[in-house]
Amino acid sequence: MSNTNNAAIDVKYVAQLARIDLAEDAVEKLQQDMQNIVEYIEQLSELDVSNIEPTAHAAALTNVVREDEAKTSFPRETMLANAPAVLNGETVKVPQVLPGEGIN
Amino acid sequence: MNIARAAEALNNQAVTSAELVEQVIANVAERDGVVKAFLKLDAEKLRKLAAESDARRAGGKALSEYDGIPIGIKDCIVTEGETCACASKLLENVVSPYDSTAVAKLKALGFIPTGRLNMDEFAMGSSCENSAFQKTSNPWDANRVPGGSSGGSAAAVGARLVPAALGSDTGGSIRQPASFCGIVGLKPTYGRVSRYGLVAFASSLDQIGPMTTSVEDAAILLQAITGADEHDSTSLPLPEENFVQAVREATVEDLKTLKIGLPEEYFNAEGMSAEVKQAIDASVKKIKAAGAEIVPVKLPHTKYAVAVYYIIATAEASANLARFDGIRYGARQEAKDLIASYFASRGAGFGEEVKRRILLGTYVLSSGYYDAYYLRAQKVRTLIRRDFEEAFKSCDILLTPVAPNVAFKFGEKSANPLEMYLSDIFTIALNLAGNCGISVPAELGSESSMPIGVQFIAPALAEAKLLKAARAFELLRGDFPAPQGC
Repeated sequence: MSNTNNAAIDVKYVAQLARIDLAEDAVEKLQQDMQNIVEYIEQLSELDVSNIEPTAHAAALTNVVREDEAKTSFPRETMLANAPAVLNGETVKVPQVLPGEGIN
Repeated sequence: MNIARAAEALNNQAVTSAELVEQVIANVAERDGVVKAFLKLDAEKLRKLAAESDARRAGGKALSEYDGIPIGIKDCIVTEGETCACASKLLENVVSPYDSTAVAKLKALGFIPTGRLNMDEFAMGSSCENSAFQKTSNPWDANRVPGGSSGGSAAAVGARLVPAALGSDTGGSIRQPASFCGIVGLKPTYGRVSRYGLVAFASSLDQIGPMTTSVEDAAILLQAITGADEHDSTSLPLPEENFVQAVREATVEDLKTLKIGLPEEYFNAEGMSAEVKQAIDASVKKIKAAGAEIVPVKLPHTKYAVAVYYIIATAEASANLARFDGIRYGARQEAKDLIASYFASRGAGFGEEVKRRILLGTYVLSSGYYDAYYLRAQKVRTLIRRDFEEAFKSCDILLTPVAPNVAFKFGEKSANPLEMYLSDIFTIALNLAGNCGISVPAELGSESSMPIGVQFIAPALAEAKLLKAARAFELLRGDFPAPQGC
């Protein structure tokens, strides 16, 4: 963990990874908040965990399977009711996928 | 009227479901203008459901003794045909096409899911101040927070607007607001209650649970919503248990056979207020005088719990909240192309705290940091779990404070997120370890006159034991007051 010390967090880069637009004036406070929190969580580095198994889950269940059978799902109109934009009452209309000149 | 009394009155024909529902509607009209616990309450729908319930009962076809009792629902637990915004602008107008398993199970017994209760956005927060819509106030003091994230549920039950409510607990979000609002809050063992239809925050920690005015009601609601569910592969197949009967049979005498562990680290924690310490010490004294054996125990990795939690919970949240992109549902911001629309929708839709946690989670999972943060946190999580296993070798139940302070004033902690996170110190280790825990009102603070809860913690799946101990404590304590005017 020592190699992570002192490195300033690049908030804008992390926001790119998370696909979130940040207002320019929010960056500084976020940077400071995250830096404080990361400094705080750095305290975990004082523990020797070399022979410890990680806990991914509180309950140890594995490979829960169900019968592979066809079931009815929600009606299309129900699922489309929440869509921000719908095409011909049949599909979710999405913004242009490939960057470039508009096709509309 | 709580659940148990309402059930009795309904069965004796002393009250109708219509009257219970009218009472909720009147309470909300009268008092929720100040408390602001409900985001939505559809009075006409409630009246219709109550009329159906009364007709069932009149025809001898009541679904259970609880048929017709209204239960408030936290805004992250979905109810068919109702909005499920998680107090976020991003999901403001999304209507759920289905019932969460917990709500479906309530409905199967005739309980009436009632309204949408305020919360911190996506359950991220300890004060309800992170709701995008409104600030809920504490029914004991309108200048103070109700706690969080299930602050709306706690305030609604604390103010006696509804008989009881469901909340969800990822790091204390049921127990801390329960303590702040003077009610009972139960965090069941991970896997005890299906998470299907609970909007995921941190999937390895989240659990739905009851928020009630009595331990008996908590048992009734737990009994109602528990059970394995094909829609949630982490819900556990368990032998049937009767929690309600366990609670009804509990007496103060039970304490004589209980070994109660006091974790040293919780009692010496920095930042615990004098009145909380005093209240917890007084509870320990009472329990000891009633015959319980008090044993000191150690949970040596307690001080790392907050750090572990804020790595694991934010990492899981960053993945879970990736689905909110404004494409199939939610508030979309149109932009020049798909990617730009993702950025804009998420930038405009998420509030500050949610962004902070998504970014933190993204950061700890990002290339080069995974081992140092996330994997290490999971290993320390193992140490924390082992602490509890070790402690339970020498006692049946742990007794601890719920929060270091009573409900704080609006704005008091919101400027410094880390300080807010540190106030979760007594509740989060339990989620990491997978135990069950309950907050029970102990007394009113000697300085603030605000409610202070005591937390009981039991091993995984020992809810019956936990509820019995909590009930014995409740009997020992005697009646706990409601806030003035409620």
